[in-house]
Amino acid sequence: MTQPVIEMYAVGKRFGKLTVLDEVSLTLAEGEVLGLMGHNGAGKSTSMKLILGLIRPTRGEIKVFGHDPGGTEANDMRLRLGYLPENVQFYEQLSGFEVLDYFARLKRIGTSVVAPLLERVGLTHAMHRRVKTYSKGMRQRLGLAQALIGEPRLILLDEPTVGLDPMATRDFYGMVDELRAKGVSVILCSHVLPGVERHIDRAAILGQGRMLASGSIDELRQAADLPLLVRLRTTRTRESLAESLHPYGVQVAMLGKERAELEVPVGAKMAVLRSLMDDPEVVDLDLEPPTLESLYAYFDATLETRRESKTFSAATRNTPQEVSA
Amino acid sequence: MRSLLIVAGKEFRDGLRNRWVLAITLVFGLLAIGLAYFGAAASGQVGFTQVSTTIVSLSSLAVFLIPLIALMLAYDSIVGEDEQGTLLLLLTYPMSRVEILVGKFLGHAAILGVSTLVGFGVAGAIIAALGSVEQLGELVAALALFILSAMLLGWAFIGFAYLISVSVAEKSKAAGIALVVWFLFVIVFDLALLGVLVGTGGQVSEGLFHYLLLLNPTDIFRIVNLTFFEAARTQAGLASIGANAGLHPALLIGALLAWVVIPLGLALWVFRRREI
Repeated sequence: MTQPVIEMYAVGKRFGKLTVLDEVSLTLAEGEVLGLMGHNGAGKSTSMKLILGLIRPTRGEIKVFGHDPGGTEANDMRLRLGYLPENVQFYEQLSGFEVLDYFARLKRIGTSVVAPLLERVGLTHAMHRRVKTYSKGMRQRLGLAQALIGEPRLILLDEPTVGLDPMATRDFYGMVDELRAKGVSVILCSHVLPGVERHIDRAAILGQGRMLASGSIDELRQAADLPLLVRLRTTRTRESLAESLHPYGVQVAMLGKERAELEVPVGAKMAVLRSLMDDPEVVDLDLEPPTLESLYAYFDATLETRRESKTFSAATRNTPQEVSA
Repeated sequence: MRSLLIVAGKEFRDGLRNRWVLAITLVFGLLAIGLAYFGAAASGQVGFTQVSTTIVSLSSLAVFLIPLIALMLAYDSIVGEDEQGTLLLLLTYPMSRVEILVGKFLGHAAILGVSTLVGFGVAGAIIAALGSVEQLGELVAALALFILSAMLLGWAFIGFAYLISVSVAEKSKAAGIALVVWFLFVIVFDLALLGVLVGTGGQVSEGLFHYLLLLNPTDIFRIVNLTFFEAARTQAGLASIGANAGLHPALLIGALLAWVVIPLGLALWVFRRREI
């Protein structure tokens, strides 16, 4: 087992009286893609800044590539790191090529990498136009090219797919898959990323500065124990379905004529499926495991419960100066 | 060190590209030639006037203009990058905050320095060629001192602009404070000193007064250029008191240099503590 790229142990960060991060522990291995999720003010951006060494933790310990990111070896670490901030507006009066050239030289790499990078993100046709004329999607792709300068081993992307159209989003995830295949570690930071499940190895869900849950999607599904959705086309009635599937603890609802939706407990999945497959009156079926969105909603709701059990003071929650994500 | 030069180079090229360099050079050049040619219009004649008159009227106009240009040029240097998100990005690159700030400062200083040198230099060459300058040596020396002190004055106010820029969170606020700083140093300070002088019936010791003038870079700039022309003292306003003082030009230039270094040093100190 190689050394983890990121190790965070019980990290806390306070700004004055405001606790933005509390007891957060996290590890990221080489070639692993982590989805870091949470509302605005949940502590995502603070976590990113801590990993980048821009701010120091109040408590706990962080190591990136085995070193303190705010310490003396920080420059060495920064050569191996790519970062795309949220809502970055590059120098409008420069062309895409010039912007990338500037950052490439600051990363101690020659101009030669600029054109291939722009090609990789599909901006070759616009590279000599001023950034001012770029669409939101083009700017985002320029930002991504910037994060890829110097083939970093760790890439942090803050809200990377905001403003991208579906095709561009797909291309973007394709690129993430490529990076993962090359052993690059990636952190995707977002409120919610629809369709991201297939592209991440693990998800970490933050809420009000705390780690609500973290693990692989399967682990999260298990922990949340959310039912599996099965949609049926069948001539059977709700009552007869409910009666035959009752032993497995299945909830049945009718969505329309001859269409039913079953909420199946994860443990009973195979048994229920077998019984449905054997049923000649079931014409078609569709399986939908709990999505990351529903898992996120579930874990986020646990926060409410925790809050009610007075783990959190009302002051932390209602403060207007939430540190922006 | 290399990063510093890359940042400075980009800042300077930006200045060329958005026509700052061209605009400032033209303003300075036209101002100098215009004052040299029409400077004596009040006394009923048009044509190139004495070098001393030209430099004195030039310095009393430049003292308003240069600080304003310097503040306008650089007030958004840091806070502007912060607002557009590139500052956050630059800080994740392998370079220190000192390199970012000093690099940007050098770029802005070069923009103003080159404009000052070319604008006033070319104007001086035109005056020398077209006017009937009797003592070329005097013109060159006076102009060299003027350009040097004008550069230092500009850099001092770029330093102020940086100090403002690292201390606030919004660009508009930086612009407002820059305007107030200009107003304080260029207008209020002199009025206040004058008030003290008149109010105390001239009781303030002359020695103290000279040193009070050193507290304002614009006054130092005036004194430097006035002391060079003893004859021009009558036209110089408040700073002519300083001109009497016999403060050595090297001391004055040194004081101006301190006015460049101190605000910049403070800006560095604040910037290193700035929360991102």
